[in-house]
Amino acid sequence: MTKINRRNLLKGGAAFAAGSTLGAPMIWAQNIKDVTLRQFGTGVSNLNEVAQKVKEDLGFNLEMTALDSDSVTQRAATQPNSFDIADIEYWICKKVWPTGNLQAMDTSKIKNYDKIVGIFRNGKLTPDSEIAQGTAPHTVGFTSGPDGKDFVQEESGWMTLIPTIYNADTLGIRPDLIGRPIKNWSELLNPEFKGKASILDISSIGIMDMAMVVESMGEYTYPDKGNMTREEIDMTIGIFTEAKKNGQFRAFWKSFDESVNLMASGEVVIQSMWSPAITAVKSKGIECVYQPLEEGYRSWGGGIGLSAALTGLERDAAYEYINWYLDGWVGGFLMRQGYYSAVPETSKTYMSENEWGYWFEGKPATDVITSPFGDPLAQAGDVRDGGSFYDRMGSVACWNSVMDENMYMNRKWNEFIAS
Amino acid sequence: MENLLRNKALSGWLLATPLTLVLAFFLVLPIILIVVVSFWQATEFSIIPAFTWENYEFLFGSPVTYKVFLNTFKYAAITWAMTLLIGFTVAYFLAFHVRTQTWQIALFLLCTIPFWTSNIIRMISWIPFLGRNGIANSALLSWGVIDEPLEWLLFSDFAVVLAFVHLYTLFMVVPIFNTMMRIDRSLIEAARDAGANGAQILWNVIIPLTKPGMMIGTIFVVALVMGDFITVRFMSGSQSANVGRLISNDIALLNYPSAAATAVVLLLTVLLTIGILLRFVDIRKEL
Repeated sequence: MTKINRRNLLKGGAAFAAGSTLGAPMIWAQNIKDVTLRQFGTGVSNLNEVAQKVKEDLGFNLEMTALDSDSVTQRAATQPNSFDIADIEYWICKKVWPTGNLQAMDTSKIKNYDKIVGIFRNGKLTPDSEIAQGTAPHTVGFTSGPDGKDFVQEESGWMTLIPTIYNADTLGIRPDLIGRPIKNWSELLNPEFKGKASILDISSIGIMDMAMVVESMGEYTYPDKGNMTREEIDMTIGIFTEAKKNGQFRAFWKSFDESVNLMASGEVVIQSMWSPAITAVKSKGIECVYQPLEEGYRSWGGGIGLSAALTGLERDAAYEYINWYLDGWVGGFLMRQGYYSAVPETSKTYMSENEWGYWFEGKPATDVITSPFGDPLAQAGDVRDGGSFYDRMGSVACWNSVMDENMYMNRKWNEFIAS
Repeated sequence: MENLLRNKALSGWLLATPLTLVLAFFLVLPIILIVVVSFWQATEFSIIPAFTWENYEFLFGSPVTYKVFLNTFKYAAITWAMTLLIGFTVAYFLAFHVRTQTWQIALFLLCTIPFWTSNIIRMISWIPFLGRNGIANSALLSWGVIDEPLEWLLFSDFAVVLAFVHLYTLFMVVPIFNTMMRIDRSLIEAARDAGANGAQILWNVIIPLTKPGMMIGTIFVVALVMGDFITVRFMSGSQSANVGRLISNDIALLNYPSAAATAVVLLLTVLLTIGILLRFVDIRKEL
């Protein structure tokens, strides 16, 4: 018998490892159908329908994993080999990009690049829009070159994320249980709703909702809500801790389903909410409004990033996927749930005139509006909460963001939850 | 070779080796790693292996830490008292009132039925029951017991403790029942012959002899409650915190060193608690 010693064992192991990594792409090259791209992201756009359609249209497999925002950040930052495509938000990108786990994408390979809305390119929705506070997508959307680890402020031709989905968030309310108009963010802390309010327990988003409320109450005006100082963080969280101690909140929610259940069961009548959660409540036949507020919206944007480890045929497949993504089918699918597509005009071909009018142009529906899953969401004559795309995205007050004092803010947030 | 195997000392060592290795790799090593990491520094997305007291300084410097530890003890103490009371009663009934062994086994299995589903499901099913418009409130309203729905039923400490008691009572029943079954029945007869009444027998004979079982149950319940985070999160609607939630929040925010430091302090606290408990009862008698 051959003697097993450490040296032989290592040699064998190395040969095995080389064999398994080098051999694999050759097998893939024979057949694109064997390519499997592993995508992970927050639940919003990780939809099985998309994976099925990819298989039909492009022929390769897309494996979807949906996680909450914290887990997504964690995975993108610490486990670069566990995914091929990261479907993340721009503020997560700000955290993850410097780790080098994602690779820059060549915009010349993106067919519809020129049609991507201005928000993701120069930050301006229309030439005369003002750029909102926080981590606006264009500020972290470009890098200096193929190996860039930095962010550049001009359209450099190398994108960090290809924008796919975005929306303007506000408070969700149960008009049937409130019975009067709600116009301001400050209503979240109105004692009238004591024990019936909720806020989301995701620090980086929750703090922004808090800031909107604090400004609306007239307590303080932030120079930049997206980048608070320690004193501002203390003050903001202090106001909410006080409210928590007075019993203002029924619960905090961390996942989409929790927010739907809180609202649908009537435990909560006013809370921070996401657009599809409103849709989910409505589809149960319960009245729920995504209330436009005077101070404007807190907006967010997501995009697709490629793992730094992705090369060769798989990377080609990923580019093909991105081009397909911006080609309209997914856009239409997402827009019919109340999100916006990065290239709205391509989505138009995949939506009926009634749907386009209702979701994008803010016109009254001419017929029943159904979700992509067939649930009726609005009747003829209904108008979308907040109106048209330009009305909604035009009144964004701030973007989801990561602050310089993020660590401090997280600790303070922890204390808020624990106090 | 054969001579070697006959050597009692050597074969003893060899027999102990596999378990030692398993424990070393899967218990001791991870714990050492946690202790080491707890002294590292963290930035948002990286961990820097440089020695620092920062994590512990922050932990002991924050009044929230003490509050949260106190809260954890509070949950543990209340849950312990409730599960002990219920667990003892159930075990007593099974061991001394149910006569035939067949029925004892049947009823005992009945107690374990809830454990056939996941504990997350058992916990979450309380939510629609206790809610503002839940079954409990609608029943009480329709009976006229209350005029307005009770708010404190759900998303409160009450809900947390209720779920804990529901989840962990069986961990009390099993060891107590087991000890009770081993009590020599002639001792009870002797006590009765000597003129003791039921309460005296319970207090002077059964309880002292059941102590090891109660202690094992106590260790289970205390360790489970102190290490829990998900029950507290769901049943309090994220509004209360115990140490487990501090750790899970830190992990969610990628702050592994801080989570590790909290875990080390929690581990020491639990070990200390169990150490103190073991001073009272010698559970080795039981094993």
